[in-house]
Amino acid sequence: MENFETVEVTTDLLILGGGMASCGAAVEASYWAKQNGLKVTLVDKAAMDRSGAVAMGLSAINQYVGLKDGENSLEDYVKYVRNDLMGVAREDLVASIARNVDSSVHLFEKWGLPIWKDAEGGYVHEGRWQLMINGESYKVIVAEAAKNALKEVDGEIFERVFIVGPLMDGDRVAGAYGFSVRENKFYVFKAKAIMLALGGAVHVFKPRSTGEGLGRAWYPPWNSGSSAAFTLEAGAEMTCQEVRFIPVRFKDAYGPVGAWFLLFKSRACNFRGEAYMETRRDELQNWLPYGSVKPIPANLRNWLGMLDVMDGLGPIYMMTHEAIQKLAAAMPDPVEQKKKLKELENEAWEDFLDMTISQAILWAATDTQPEEKPSEIAAAEPYFIGSHSGASGAWLSGPEDLQTDATKADYFWGYTNMSTTKGLFCAGDASGASSHKFSSGSHAEGRIAAKGAVKFIVENNTQPNVADDVEALKTKVVAPMALFDAEKGKTTDPDINPAYIRPKMYMFRLQKLMDEYAGGVTAQFATNKSLLEKGLSLLADLRVDAEKLAAEDLHELMRCWENVHRTWQAEAHVRTVLYREETRWPGYYFRADTPKMSDDWFCFANCKYDPSSGEWTMLKRPIHKIVAD
Amino acid sequence: MPSYVNPEKCDGCKALDKTACQHICPNDLMVLNKATEKAYNRELDMCWECYNCVKICPVGAVEMRGYADFVPLGATVTPMRGSDAIMWTVKFRSGMIKRFKFPIRTTPEGAAVPDGGFETVADLNSHLLFTQPASTGLTELAKLK
Ligand SMILES: Cc1cc2nc3c(=O)[nH]c(=O)nc-3n(C[C@H](O)[C@H](O)[C@H](O)COP(=O)(O)OP(=O)(O)OC[C@H]3O[C@@H](n4cnc5c(N)ncnc54)[C@H](O)[C@@H]3O)c2cc1C
Ligand code: SF4
Ligand code: SF4
Repeated sequence: MENFETVEVTTDLLILGGGMASCGAAVEASYWAKQNGLKVTLVDKAAMDRSGAVAMGLSAINQYVGLKDGENSLEDYVKYVRNDLMGVAREDLVASIARNVDSSVHLFEKWGLPIWKDAEGGYVHEGRWQLMINGESYKVIVAEAAKNALKEVDGEIFERVFIVGPLMDGDRVAGAYGFSVRENKFYVFKAKAIMLALGGAVHVFKPRSTGEGLGRAWYPPWNSGSSAAFTLEAGAEMTCQEVRFIPVRFKDAYGPVGAWFLLFKSRACNFRGEAYMETRRDELQNWLPYGSVKPIPANLRNWLGMLDVMDGLGPIYMMTHEAIQKLAAAMPDPVEQKKKLKELENEAWEDFLDMTISQAILWAATDTQPEEKPSEIAAAEPYFIGSHSGASGAWLSGPEDLQTDATKADYFWGYTNMSTTKGLFCAGDASGASSHKFSSGSHAEGRIAAKGAVKFIVENNTQPNVADDVEALKTKVVAPMALFDAEKGKTTDPDINPAYIRPKMYMFRLQKLMDEYAGGVTAQFATNKSLLEKGLSLLADLRVDAEKLAAEDLHELMRCWENVHRTWQAEAHVRTVLYREETRWPGYYFRADTPKMSDDWFCFANCKYDPSSGEWTMLKRPIHKIVAD
Repeated sequence: MPSYVNPEKCDGCKALDKTACQHICPNDLMVLNKATEKAYNRELDMCWECYNCVKICPVGAVEMRGYADFVPLGATVTPMRGSDAIMWTVKFRSGMIKRFKFPIRTTPEGAAVPDGGFETVADLNSHLLFTQPASTGLTELAKLK
């Protein structure tokens, strides 16, 4: 096998990832770094212009509180998030993001993001918290500001470098290691603090798509649980690892439904024309108090639809034609009506073309015009995306000024957004229990975390020692290529070889066991203690076989490590679903052996991995309400 | 097939050290076949159909064919991305064509100034961030009552 050169980079603040949170972190950190004479370095596995979940663009900004116009209060947002997550939210973190998110949105607008305006010059809302945008270049624009900011302080950007794991100095993070996917280089980044935002995870569960369409999940295939793996391996406490997200989206191509439900006020109906949100309303009584809040929590809306599907009442249709005709009919003048129809048609197509182009292809390929006929919707497979309507991520310190006497001992340990590992700060999908931050809130949270990290560096201004054996890590990282080289000649087809497993097959094995034992699509999202225990034992076998992953080239080496990361995310998930003996989010997963919500579990279910012993610890943490009901 | 490359149009980005499609793909799928000097998508079943390779190709060589496991044949969705707007041509299976044009940005490319013109009053120990409080539109950071 060819040699790998070791490249060592020493910096003050290391930003991991180049997505929404990291772009926010870059802008923020550059300002404080300049004042304090610090160096900032950012690493992304892809090209920042189009990396992460916003790579394709978005058609809406999903978090805008509107504080300056008194549209809503911080308290309103906290209550919304708390209720949507069935009571499980860190209210200090949610409020921290909510008080900063408008600032990020106002910056986006200055940077050049077109936000829809009404006749009076106000933002056009999709729903109470959502703004409509022409968002094809959303990520390009946000990355541009981040790169311009870094340039001003001679910050360094490494693109196409895949981060594998943390470097440690006892209980403090000391950096990260990884490799280039373009040339034979092993990277060692030494840093005084890290701002981690490597996104969420997909393809941990088997997707509905098969064959060529495998990459078409709702969540982008390039985020593979690296945030969770990194935090766990750094020994940091994790929270809400059971709170996966299952979005209901247009079936097969996963087109967004937000605009249809919120902007166009559409209904979803089964084959009989019944709207499950109406016919299944009584079921909400089983999930009080959250069953009675407005808006109805995302997972409960899912659950009502799932009940229809389980009763064999599909297909479930989004009644697009009905919604559009109704909106147009509200215009009495026929000329106005025609104009309105045209406008709605444009808006409907832009919604897909900005963020899920596959859905536009599917509409065109099935000769679907939304004003003429309905389109099917379905619950997707489970994803890990703590920034959206899931909640999985690291357990973080909140800001001091948002604590109360009751919360301080549990939620505050010095630096805003620092994990329980010293020097490791997290944001976006990497941070937990602060759902509904979306693209804008992730950006704001990246800024909050970056400022916290700079403060940490200024007050702990020493370069930690890297205790790890760097040469051994290098050998471990490139082992899949060495294994492939050593064994490939022993069979006539490199795909089949008793000495190794290729990453794609490894991924299928992970997906199959998660799907069947941890409540995936095939299992109708249901599981129980016995299934989960069996799943855990299969995961243990899989982890052993991870040592036998083989890679033909650098691209496949990345695939190997992505799947190792997915396995970490999977294990944290299974352990936490097993630990929480109740069903709290029935539309995300259903514990058939403990089918009801229980007051005993009104708490956070956290987990922690000890890298030195290999032991997992599960723990309950209290939920404190900061905002009154 | 997700994205595929038209061999008649692809010029391998004129043998520059990195091709545009390879540079941009968030999933590291597009590569150049050194022998033919043409690009191809090396892992079709990991493509998100994000269209970034399509939008960036200087000669329009990258096209998209919807995922074969659920998309009927015959439709195309083709972008033309300019500096301030994008134009989409949607061809239906029936042959019908629709065109849509949307703005993509309001500032010239490269011109995003990090502070957006907002003054920063914050210091490292306050809870205010860079550009605040000006960028919040308020005179101070909002508090919980
Ligand atoms: C389909 C979809 C639709 C959405 N729609 C909306 C919407 O309409 N409005 C809205 O406001 N929000 C929306 N969101 C949410 C929004 O996209 C996320 O909240 C946001 O992108 C999270 O930011 P992040 O920085 O945590 O992750 P990302 O933006 O995903 O960034 C992750 C970064 O990490 C990098 N990375 C990953 N692994 C590694 C590794 N091992 N080494 C190095 N780099 C790595 C990636 O390349 C990327 O740069 C949507 C999300 C999805 C998936
Ligand atoms: S960007 Fe276009 S021309 Fe350049 S290599 Fe890719 S397909 Fe060929
Ligand atoms: S469509 Fe997106 S994911 Fe697919 S090859 Fe092109 S850039 Fe990559």
